[in-house]
Amino acid sequence: MPIEVDGKVLETDEEGYLANINDWVPGVADVMAKEDGLELTDEHWDIINFLREYYEEYQIAPAVRVLTKAVGKKLGKDKGNSKYLYGLFPYGPGKQACRYAGLPKPTGCV
Amino acid sequence: MADLYTVNKSPFEKNSLADAIKFSTDGAAILLIEDGVYGATKGTAVESLVTGASGKKFYALKADVKARGIAEDRLIDGVELVDYAGFVDLVEATDKVQAWL
Amino acid sequence: MSDVKKFMYLNRRAPYGTIYAWESLEVVLIGAAFDQEVSLMFIDDGVYQLVKGSDTSESDMKNFTPTYRTLGDYGVRHMYVDKESLEARGLTTDDLIEVEWEDWETEESVDNIVEAVDAGQIAELLAESDVVFSF
Repeated sequence: MPIEVDGKVLETDEEGYLANINDWVPGVADVMAKEDGLELTDEHWDIINFLREYYEEYQIAPAVRVLTKAVGKKLGKDKGNSKYLYGLFPYGPGKQACRYAGLPKPTGCV
Repeated sequence: MADLYTVNKSPFEKNSLADAIKFSTDGAAILLIEDGVYGATKGTAVESLVTGASGKKFYALKADVKARGIAEDRLIDGVELVDYAGFVDLVEATDKVQAWL
Repeated sequence: MSDVKKFMYLNRRAPYGTIYAWESLEVVLIGAAFDQEVSLMFIDDGVYQLVKGSDTSESDMKNFTPTYRTLGDYGVRHMYVDKESLEARGLTTDDLIEVEWEDWETEESVDNIVEAVDAGQIAELLAESDVVFSF
């Protein structure tokens, strides 16, 4: 299902991930979150921005385990646990946050 | 006019480059593509394949050289980098293409 | 009792020309969830997988060379490279990417887990592994 962001129609795959990572603009996350009935806060954006930086550096979406550890290191130990991340992204931090960030589904994530 | 010989295998894995050189005529254009571009790098155990070949002109496909992290100064002197348009020019300028896989 | 096994991934193919290198990398990334002791070995054209400076912008391929640099985060402890294979290709460890490893709890860290080893060491490392996966 294509999504419409800032007046542009962007292709997605059958699971709702952006077909082309280069299409991403912050509005993508807002539109996708709205469809999920979620209001994005600064805490969500911390994770989305982290994911985009990680992808930029390593060219993959991190496994949840790696994401959790890395977030703990970067944003503080209280945030580096799956409870905190699932609180923000109830459909799963790997899947949902990566989708909002325009990344492909994490390798090994089912 | 001679033929264009393309080689797409690493010279460390297969003897495609050695054979293309051995079984090509004088004036041949030998274009290294995909893993074949490793044969165009300096300082390797197999560089004499290219440096020792006489009467042949070597080319390497730029996109494949770049993808493999090979800097231009690591290429054997005399090997000419070509882009996809240059590949097409070579095809047009030669009698036919022989692919050595 | 711990039943941690020593897994060794043996890589002998160049990246990009064939699918082997990417497949191996994906298996390592997925397998990291299983808490085993994981090492990678690069021999023959496999050493090309770690050559830095890859730029795939002009080819229709994903550049996965940077991905190796996160393997420390996936629990990979050692990335061994065959010295002879490097030398035969006119390469040194300076031409290779560096991979950092850190234990997030103890904060113990290693700046670079990529290490050149000789044939004798390789034979021993492979022999002492519980499982060897070849790509």
